[in-house]
Amino acid sequence: MSLAATSNYLTPTGREEPWRFTPLNRLAGLHDPAFTLHDRISLEPADIPAGVSITIEDAAAFAPLSKSEDQVVQRVREGVSKVLLVEIKDNAEIAEPIVLSRKILDMVPEISRVQVNAGLHSHATVVISNSGEGVFAEDIEFNLAPGSNLRFVTLQEWAGRAVHVARHHAIIAKDATFTSYVITVGGYLVRILPTVEYTGPGASADLYGLYFATDGQHLEHRVHVEHGVPGAKSRVNYKGALNGELARTVWIGDVFIRAAAQGTDTYELNRNLLLSHGARADSVPNLEIETGDIVGAGHASTTGRFDDEQLFYLMSRGIPSEEARRLVIRGFFAEIVSKLDLPEIEERIMSRIDRELAAVRS
Amino acid sequence: MSTLEIKGLHVAVVTEEGSKEILRGVDLTINSGEVHAIMGPNGSGKSTLAYSIAGHPKYSITSGSVTLDGVDVLAMTVDERAKAGLFLAMQYPVEVPGVSVSNFLRTAVTAIRGEAPKIRTWVGEVKEAMSALSMDPAFSERSVNEGFSGGEKKRHEILQMELLKPKIAILDETDSGLDVDALRIVSEGVNRVKKNQDLGIMLITHYTRILRYIQPDFVHVFAGGRIVEEGGPELANKLEENGYAEYITA
Repeated sequence: MSLAATSNYLTPTGREEPWRFTPLNRLAGLHDPAFTLHDRISLEPADIPAGVSITIEDAAAFAPLSKSEDQVVQRVREGVSKVLLVEIKDNAEIAEPIVLSRKILDMVPEISRVQVNAGLHSHATVVISNSGEGVFAEDIEFNLAPGSNLRFVTLQEWAGRAVHVARHHAIIAKDATFTSYVITVGGYLVRILPTVEYTGPGASADLYGLYFATDGQHLEHRVHVEHGVPGAKSRVNYKGALNGELARTVWIGDVFIRAAAQGTDTYELNRNLLLSHGARADSVPNLEIETGDIVGAGHASTTGRFDDEQLFYLMSRGIPSEEARRLVIRGFFAEIVSKLDLPEIEERIMSRIDRELAAVRS
Repeated sequence: MSTLEIKGLHVAVVTEEGSKEILRGVDLTINSGEVHAIMGPNGSGKSTLAYSIAGHPKYSITSGSVTLDGVDVLAMTVDERAKAGLFLAMQYPVEVPGVSVSNFLRTAVTAIRGEAPKIRTWVGEVKEAMSALSMDPAFSERSVNEGFSGGEKKRHEILQMELLKPKIAILDETDSGLDVDALRIVSEGVNRVKKNQDLGIMLITHYTRILRYIQPDFVHVFAGGRIVEEGGPELANKLEENGYAEYITA
């Protein structure tokens, strides 16, 4: 104990609460100082709209805006020399999404940092799309100026043995609104920490997630909302489906309402749909309240099997069973996906899920 | 002209306590254009008959046959039965969250007809069918049966029947939970489809109320898992007066 405690970096053993669900042997060394990590910014911006700048800056000049106790995030921060900086100008109203894509095609462990600054009263959508097959850890921070409105969509469309560990942290100022969609439909191991803190009243976060795990995939999302100031709001809604005997998902929803956070309004929800035997979904909502002076706080979590009555109903109208299953699953995710308002991405995600459903059953 | 023929049908349901026989030899023939009222006390097996014909996996057929125009219905999957021309209007239609009524109807009609309906005629067809059932057009954007009132669910069932154009329809307690106005609208819908499409109907009900709106050609009293008495519309009047007491032997 004492030996390890003197080092400022503690290699997770899997016994720590934040790591207890994660299969460390799949991390491909991302958590282990014995493995070298490569500093590489592989994100490619598509068209950069007016009112936005995307640059690569020295990490030293853009220090992290938040603390993280996550060991992999700490390794990323120590290891990177550059930061990808996305600046959205004050009052910019950007209708088209700002799209950044990354396609990794080698298994060289890669790390990167991204900082997104949303200017005063700006409106924008940032999409970060991940695909390919790689080993990758990232630290993304969003800094929302007062009155800004930032939508963040991240897609994990990984193939095969991809390993992805990430923290997406939003710092939300007075009257600013952050909306995130974390969509994970592939990867051998994906572990994402969508975290939020507030700095002023009227700040609001809507955190949505969708995950679909097939046989052998471990997809983990650990939401953390830190209500440390009065008058902020949070809504969390993550939905997952699992198909395949060794499909595994973990959802953690930590919401903390500190003593100072009077007038907090929060609700979190996680629903899981088990489509086959042997699949396992862990769902752990956790609400800690240090003040009674709040607007509302609640959580709900359900994990259930595919409803055969729905299947019967649809089939009794002539719809073949495969198509009926597809309809039900699309319907299950519709609540999240329809909010995206990005039809191309919506269709891409849903058809990938369709394909994987068909592949498993044929 | 179509014929649904049920012969010597025995059906059991498998529960944790074991297999329990519910239908004990049902014989019934329904032709196009005929209305057969199946009336009986609760627990007599009326719904089991409906669900067995539709192919619900909960029920296992232990003996007997069901054919539609001579073709073995029991060998078909649930969707094949619908494609063959059978329709079950359910007592408790199932909610399918996130699937809009319009998407559901189009998918079902495409499956039944074997090709996607032409967009232009389809929109008009749905609109007309909905308006005939006094349904708000906004209804088509709602999720299937989710948050529907009792009356809305039943109208939605009849809407599907109208669009899917079955040969034989089984209406399982379609009258339950309907107020007078809704009962009239739903009954008018059933009569319209019957007239236009020469539909054969098995009308399952506990009460005689719906028979004032949908005139039966035959009335069958169902008790203890089989038909115990048969007659014309006058039999319904007798049931109205005397109830089912004489048929319940326990």
